[in-house]
Formats: sequence, structure tokens, C-alpha cells
Amino acid sequence: MAKRVVITGIGIISSIGKDLPETFASLLASRSGIGRLHHLNSTHQDEFPFAEVPFGNEKLLSMAGFTDPSNFSRNTLLGIIAAGEAFRHARLEELSKLKTGLISATTVGGMDQCERFYDDFLTNDTKNQYIDVYDCADSTEKIASHMNIRDYMTTISTACSSAANAILLGARMIRLGQLDRVVAGGTEALTSFHVNGFSALKILDKLPCRPFDANRNGITLGEGAAYLVLESEEAAGEGNREFFAELAGYGNACEAYHQTASTPDGKGALLAMERALKVGGLNPPDIDYINAHGTGTDNNDIAEGVAIERLFGDRIPYVSSTKPLTGHMTSAAGSAEAILSILCLNHGMILPNLNFKTPMPELHFKPVTELIRGINVSMVMSNSFGFGGNNTSLIFRKPTN
Amino acid sequence: MSAYIDGIGLISPQQTTDPARFLPEVMEYTADFLQVINPNYKEYINPIASRRMSKLIKMGITSARIAMADAGCQMPEAIITGTGLGSVEDTERILNGMNAGEQLMNPTPFIQSTYNTISSQIAISLQCHHYNSTYVHRSFSFESALQDALLQFEEAAATTALVGGIDEMTSNHLGIVRRTGHWKMEPVNNLRLLSYRTPGALAGEGAAYFILRGAPSTSHYGILKDVKTFYHPKELQETSLEITAFLASNNLTANQLDAVILGYNGDIHSDSVYDQLGSGLFNENQQLWYKHLCGEYFTSTGFALWLAANILRHQYIPSVVKFNNQPADSFRHILIYNQFRNINHSLILVSL
Amino acid sequence: MEELIEKLKKEVIEQLNLEDISPEDIDTDSPLFGEGLGLDSIDALELIVLLEKNYGLKIEDPKDGKKIFHSIRTMAEYITEHQKA
Repeated sequence: MAKRVVITGIGIISSIGKDLPETFASLLASRSGIGRLHHLNSTHQDEFPFAEVPFGNEKLLSMAGFTDPSNFSRNTLLGIIAAGEAFRHARLEELSKLKTGLISATTVGGMDQCERFYDDFLTNDTKNQYIDVYDCADSTEKIASHMNIRDYMTTISTACSSAANAILLGARMIRLGQLDRVVAGGTEALTSFHVNGFSALKILDKLPCRPFDANRNGITLGEGAAYLVLESEEAAGEGNREFFAELAGYGNACEAYHQTASTPDGKGALLAMERALKVGGLNPPDIDYINAHGTGTDNNDIAEGVAIERLFGDRIPYVSSTKPLTGHMTSAAGSAEAILSILCLNHGMILPNLNFKTPMPELHFKPVTELIRGINVSMVMSNSFGFGGNNTSLIFRKPTN
Repeated sequence: MSAYIDGIGLISPQQTTDPARFLPEVMEYTADFLQVINPNYKEYINPIASRRMSKLIKMGITSARIAMADAGCQMPEAIITGTGLGSVEDTERILNGMNAGEQLMNPTPFIQSTYNTISSQIAISLQCHHYNSTYVHRSFSFESALQDALLQFEEAAATTALVGGIDEMTSNHLGIVRRTGHWKMEPVNNLRLLSYRTPGALAGEGAAYFILRGAPSTSHYGILKDVKTFYHPKELQETSLEITAFLASNNLTANQLDAVILGYNGDIHSDSVYDQLGSGLFNENQQLWYKHLCGEYFTSTGFALWLAANILRHQYIPSVVKFNNQPADSFRHILIYNQFRNINHSLILVSL
Repeated sequence: MEELIEKLKKEVIEQLNLEDISPEDIDTDSPLFGEGLGLDSIDALELIVLLEKNYGLKIEDPKDGKKIFHSIRTMAEYITEHQKA
């Protein structure tokens, strides 16, 4: 029997809250973090809405507990804040030093500093301390150092499924006894680099995103960081602590169709969800709620919608995308939405798919549009499907102990 | 859990593209950085697909195809890539454009600049819907990919895996990173790299893909026994202990190693770690080095693994990679030990 | 118009990196997408950038691109019509 993997700590910072309590309060109020950019200086700031973390880097620096800005990228600061919260939430400092790893996900890495100082990099020596901050590992190593995690670390980048794959890898390493504890998740800061990139792909909506709506017109980019502490059941038994959820299943599949599109018949999404169920020894009727990837693009929502219908047939569970609340947090989306899914398990609720008005003619189901409370939710599936066809589905179960 | 190395595709600054030939000649360069010898990519990738591919993607897809052909594998059950920097060329194209005040970004370089595009485009070219992931952690990137593959086999989630390490260097990027003082500031001769005794590594690039199998085949190069990474040891003794413990967990001591491949890169500061281990823990071993052939890049241990696998297959060490001279009758166990700035350390053990 | 058509062919080849193709290989009226050159959605986006960079014409909705980029001729006609100002 495979080892159980449980979640003992949660940490998150996004446009809807600087920590878990604030995030939860926003969810209860269905308060979206989408609005204007205030901190990133972007040529697109008047054209599109964004879900920006409402703090500049100076404030993030003090929230992370530093006074010297050193060469911290925004990515790193967000990551330290969220991973730190998860670490403390799980009370890991008080416990015995078991084999602990950090698996972090990002795609932009230190690009926020790199794009700021690129001209200096080319012409002078005044910003040399930021040169080696550019790559993806920089934030991971700084986050690990902050928590004094040294047994294992790595960084994953699979676009929008990155953080989900970090959780998936963490679970596998725990199941095989290679690690006892893993802080897993992702961090992504808004940068002009990828704002311009998504704009060039013409998939940013001028209005706040409308997943699964017939008139949807694209993504609303967000930012933030989110981490879970995963532990083996045995390790989690120490310290008389609560489990917030169990990772019941996980599946990774590749669309292998096109660099920026999913197959219209939802093949990749279907495979990922099927694999997650299989790993968990579960069947479609076991799922109470799907926290969909639901980006609001033409392509994702039809592919994912069709895949959900193919898999669940007549018994489609509650479905919603929480991206109208948090924006699309790209490499951090997988762990942020895992956390939102876990909150649904813990608090007996289904989160709404805001901004939905008109059902898609191609689909039979409609997403949940208002917060539902006082409902038993035992099993949630959280989907994250990335550019390049990297599809991952995670299933969380309400703890039974 | 071990895995069998069944096929290799390596594009490097040496003549390594043909798996049937083991370093038929040594390429000598006096250069700012070592660049790969590009095969004729048109033989491996159809022109409609390749037209928008940067050099990095072509390197990746081609070396993956060579590895698969070498192993007689039609469809791997996992595709896992490690890359430290991804497509530097595409990223700097965008940054240069932004820096010049361009308002419009071209979508192609943006898509190509995402790190997972390599694994993704390999999967598209094969129509492979299996497990797919990308690791992007400096000089742990390739090792993380190998470790993931070994997990796949231990979970019985796959019977074959295509695993690669790929990175590129450009003049523009070198110009920038030279400012950090960690890279050679002037052109150097690669074969005399260690004679300079100056700070800074010689930069390079390469793409190495491997077909690993969970079960032996009649033609495997050797067995990938174990992979370990460790971070920022406080002192040399900690490094020594990590290596010793790694070997012990594989029922080996340092003396039982038939060769140790070390990641000397020409930087006098970080190379001192190898010097000290070379006269300590590895004192009695045949020591080899390889970065004079491929340069320093985050996934250069891909080149080292190619080297180790070929030594096991051919039972022969090319003299150009010998660091010292400890004669050996046969080669059974080879350890690759690499470290980047004495911060990121990795160990790969291969055996017959 | 003919001059524009020839210019466009060269620009399309360059923008889309159609290495082995020369302007003579592109038929002015043949579909660019689907068959023929076999262009795809990313190429459509690249052509949108081409139109904006080289001709100052902005296409907001990529779906409009289908008609405009049907062939070299339809591209030329669109440019001629919208560049009158």
C-alpha cells in the first residue's frame, strides 16, 4: 500500500491576500484581486486588467523580514513570504530534523530585475549583483536558505502547470521514502517580459477573465506565490498537528499537439485527469468539485470543458475556475489553486466562477457562479494545464483522521 | 533503483554526434566560449517545423532523435529535460527588443523562451502523451531530470524514459556574465585550460539526451546506479563525507572506483575543490576531466555521462580526458563528481 | 499593387523564417494557411506583428486575421485600403 501523503502547512500571497487568513476572507466575500497595475511599469497598464499583489518590492522586503534589498527579485520575496508561512503553519522549526526538501516552480525567475537592469548589464558594471539572479534557481535557493532546507532542492518549469508538478514530484519522493517532508509550490511575479509576451499571443482579455463563458476573450494575468508542506503520514504524526488534506491522486500528461494550444477534444486534459484518478484508485463519481484550470481562453475552456464532459458523463461535479478571483498566477497557479481547493475541503464550500454570464454552446454544464457554503466536500480535483501541453491534475481528499 | 543507459545523442563542441564513434578526434579551440558542432538539422527535423526553432530547440530535438535511434526506441514513456538557462537566444532577442523601446513583441521567441518548450516540442514531434517535465535548477537541472526518471522506474510508471540536459551560450550572454568575474575574460585554448591558473571558467554548450530503460537490453552502455545533489557544503570535509556516504549506500568505497570524472572548468578558485579531493579522497583513482572538451554550462554533466557510458562500453579512456595516470585493466564503476562555484554539487554513479 | 505584393512576399518569408522558399514559390492567390505553406496560428500572430511594424496597421482581434491573411493578395488589398490616410 503506497504511503499516504498529507498536507500539514499552507502559505499563500496573491492579489486577494497577503497570507492565508486574508485570502480566506477574500474568498468568503467573493472579492476579486483584478484591477489596475500599480507597481509594475508596463506599456499595457491601461489596456488590460491584472491581478497584482498590492505591494511594491520595498514593502515585500520588510514583510519577508529583510532590511537590505540585496539582490532579491520580486519572485524571491513573494516565495519567501508564502513558503515561510507554510513552514510556520506546519510548525516545522519545532520538529525533529527529518529529510526535508524544497521543490519550487517558476518560469520568470529573476526576470523582473533582469529586464529593469538589462541596459546596465550591457553597458556598465553598476548592476552586476543582479546578473546571476536571472535564472529560475535563484529564488529556490534563497527560499531554501531562508528556511534552512538543505537536504534536497530543485526547480520545475512547465509553464502554468509548474507548481502542480512541484507538488506531484514532492508526493512521489515522499511515497518512495526519499524525503519525509517537502515544501512544494511556486512563485511568479508579473514582469513586462511575460505581460508583453502574452499580449503578443493575443490572449489577454481587456475585461476581467470570464472562464467558460461563451464570450470569453482571454486571460487576466496575476502574480503571487503559494506553497504546501507535504509530509508522509508518519512524519506528520509528530507534534500533534492537524492535517489539512491528503493528496489522494496526481496525473501528468502531455498534450503533444501544438506549442500554444490544446486538442479541441480535450485529449491531454482527459489523460491527466484519468491518470490522477487511477493513481488514487478513484472513480469520477468520487469527485465533488473540480477547481478547473479555466483560463478564459477560447482554446483552454473548450478543451477542458469537453474533457470534463467526456470523463464525468452525466454526473458532472461542481466546476469553477477561481482565476476571476486571483488572476492567472501562471507558475504559481497550480499550488495557489491547490490551496483554494483545500480550503473548500476544510470549510465545506464551493468557490464561484465569477464573471460568468452566458453558457458555452459546446458544453452541457455550467460553472458554479456564487459561493456555496455548508456543503460536504470530500474530494476536489485541481487542474493545471500549461503552454507546451504540460497537463497536470491533482486530487485532494478531506482528511478522515 | 537503477536504470540501463540504452541510447545516447550528444551534440557538443566535439565530434560526438555519431554514437558509433567515441571521440575519433579532439577539437582544439582558442575561443571565448566553446560552441557546438551543428549537425545538418534538416536530416532530423522537417523544415516546416524547424523554421521557427531556435538553435537550442534544434539541438534538443536532434540529440533526442539520435538517442532514440541509438536505442531502437520508437516512443519513450516519459520525456524529462534539464536546462539551466533555456533558450538564451530567444530571451535576449526579446530583451534587446524591449531595451530598444520596441512596443511589439514577436510571439515566436516568447514561446521559445519558455523552458519547457524543449520537452514539449520533442513530445509534439513524437506525438508522445506520456509524462513530461522540465527541471531548471542551475547545475542540478540534468541531475534532477535523471532522478525523476529513476523515480519513474521505481514506481513502475514507465519502462523507458528520454532524459536530457541542454544549454546554450551566446556572445551577448557571455558579455553580460563576464561582468560577474566567474568567466574567462579573454579567449583561451581549451586543451591548455588548466595552464592559465586564472579565475573564471571557460563557457560552453551542448545537448545530451539519453534513453534509459528499467530493464537490461543486449546493448546497453552501462547502468545508471544513482544520482545525488547536495547544496553548499560548509567545508571540504562535508563534501568528502557526502561523497563517501553516497558511495557507501551503493556498496562502494572510493578505492573501488575505476575512474572519477571531475568537473574542472578552468576557474582557479572552484577548481581547488577538485585539487584537494584529488589529493585526498580520490588520491588513488584514475581522475578524468571533460570541460576542456565541452566548456562549462549548467547541464555539462550530460557530456560527462556520455563519456562515462562510452568508457564502460569501449573499456578505454581517451588520453585527452586523463587528468592523472593510474593504469587500470578494466572499467566497472565510474563516478562523476561536479560542482558549480562550490555551491551546487552533484554525483552520478555508473557501473557495468 | 504588384510592387506591394512582391514586397509582402519577401517580408512574409523573412518574418516567418521560410528559409527554403523564395518569392516566386508563393502564389499570390493561394491560401497561406492550411494547405500551401501550411502556416498555423503562431504564424498568424507573426503576420499581425508584421502588419503593425511595417505598415502601422493594428489588428486587435486575431479572428479578423483569417480573412486578411487568406492570401498575399488579400493582405495587399487590406493594406492598400487601410493605408489611404
